Amino acid sequence: MIPAAFDYAAPETVADALAALADSDDAKVLAGGQSLLPILRMRLNAPEKIVDLGKIAELRGIREDGDAIVIGAMTAYADILTDPLVAEHAALLKAAIETVADPQIRHRGTIGGALVHADPAGDVGAPVLALDAELVIAGPGGERTVAAADFFEDLFTTAVGEDELLTAIRIPKHTGWGAAYEKFVRVAHQWSIVAVAATVRMDGDAIAEARVGLTNMGSTPLRATATEAALAGSAGTAQGIAHACGLAAEGTSPPSDLNGDADYRRHLAGVLTRRAVLSAVGR
Amino acid sequence: MTRITVTVDGDRYTDDIEPRMLLVQYLRESLGKVGTVIGCDTSNCGACTVHLDGRSVKSCNVLAVQADGRDVTTIEGLAQDGELHPMQRAFHENHALQCGFCTPGMIMQGIDILIDHPEPTEEQIRHGLEGNLCRCTGYHNIVKAVAAAAKAPNAAALSSSAAGA
Ligand SMILES: Cc1cc2nc3c(=O)[nH]c(=O)nc-3n(C[C@H](O)[C@H](O)[C@H](O)COP(=O)(O)OP(=O)(O)OC[C@H]3O[C@@H](n4cnc5c(N)ncnc54)[C@H](O)[C@@H]3O)c2cc1C
Repeated sequence: MIPAAFDYAAPETVADALAALADSDDAKVLAGGQSLLPILRMRLNAPEKIVDLGKIAELRGIREDGDAIVIGAMTAYADILTDPLVAEHAALLKAAIETVADPQIRHRGTIGGALVHADPAGDVGAPVLALDAELVIAGPGGERTVAAADFFEDLFTTAVGEDELLTAIRIPKHTGWGAAYEKFVRVAHQWSIVAVAATVRMDGDAIAEARVGLTNMGSTPLRATATEAALAGSAGTAQGIAHACGLAAEGTSPPSDLNGDADYRRHLAGVLTRRAVLSAVGR
Repeated sequence: MTRITVTVDGDRYTDDIEPRMLLVQYLRESLGKVGTVIGCDTSNCGACTVHLDGRSVKSCNVLAVQADGRDVTTIEGLAQDGELHPMQRAFHENHALQCGFCTPGMIMQGIDILIDHPEPTEEQIRHGLEGNLCRCTGYHNIVKAVAAAAKAPNAAALSSSAAGA
């Protein structure tokens, strides 16, 4: 299967990429291509123009910036997995990305592409949301920053407009926080039926703070706010954790499909949240 | 048409191609390197795996223009002067194929595993092959072959891009 013909631009700067996007009313950005190329090949979309970000060096790499780390949108999964800053300050992101697809796709796929694609079963949204990240977006009017909580709007829909680019992901340092990503699938190489991203800051045996993100429990990644509230400042007993994690699906409206109906997903969310939190606190 | 310059199995090529051309199509149809096969055509099966700048990718899910200025190694670039690459030899010696269709991708991905894990555990090998399907389901000997190749010198080297291999 081969995509329909398109015009192609491979700019070397963000400014030139924005100009190339402004130039056409039917342009599509190409990052790693691991979601977009299958779509083009199946002819689910046939844009007039493709703007390839692959030659823009300024969009790649990971750096420290005060109390945050900043990941360029074009940084590949594989480079995030081996980065010491990510391991130290955003262990939750690393744990989630380890479960994405397979090595070949992790060599090509980028964090920015995954976030803008915004598949509700994708594994990057929940940790980015749980870590209170900010997304840096460049457009014709300049640059703006959007909180992760406002970034995901609906299925496959984010705050990034047609003429805009996601340029970077800014993650507040969660140094020393325990982290775990529990992904439930039936067979190898499957997308999450449900997954849970949990990260906790301990104070001795007690849980000082907890952040929990849910994958595929609605049309966007979600926070398990009731669980977070019940865990914060709690003694961290097995019973307390079990109770708090039982609240994970509160306020969600998960999909029903061949992999499971909504009730099954709510059940999974509770079980996986307990496993993820126990693993994050080191038990 | 867009002009690309790409090194494939040690040789440099410059071609004018349609931007929508897939890397696997370029390898097979423009360069005649049909050792790289198209399996599922949905980017699931990994039969078309090649290395781009030394790391594995599914060549049905990369545009040829995205390889511009870069280095590609295919299954055809592994053997040197009639000598099989250690990974190829291990597949041969361990009977790691039945119908053989997934083999080029399995071999290329087997080499990639050894780049990250020079002494891989069985679990690391199985995880590393997650994106490669064998529909004869002959995984057992494939895993054995990757483990055997790991014991040979230079098994993680791509002969066309790694010096001295
Ligand atoms: C076989 C297979 C299995 C997979 N399994 C999983 C899995 O288990 N879990 C998972 O999370 N994902 C999975 N994926 C998807 C994978 O994670 C994709 O790489 C990712 O979703 C997209 O990243 P990309 O860089 O390849 O983006 P692309 O495919 O290039 O782009 C995706 C979309 O984002 C837009 N875009 C990209 N970058 C930008 C930017 N900087 N600014 C604005 N718009 C942009 C593009 O226009 C396009 O609409 C799988 C994919 C395949 C093929």
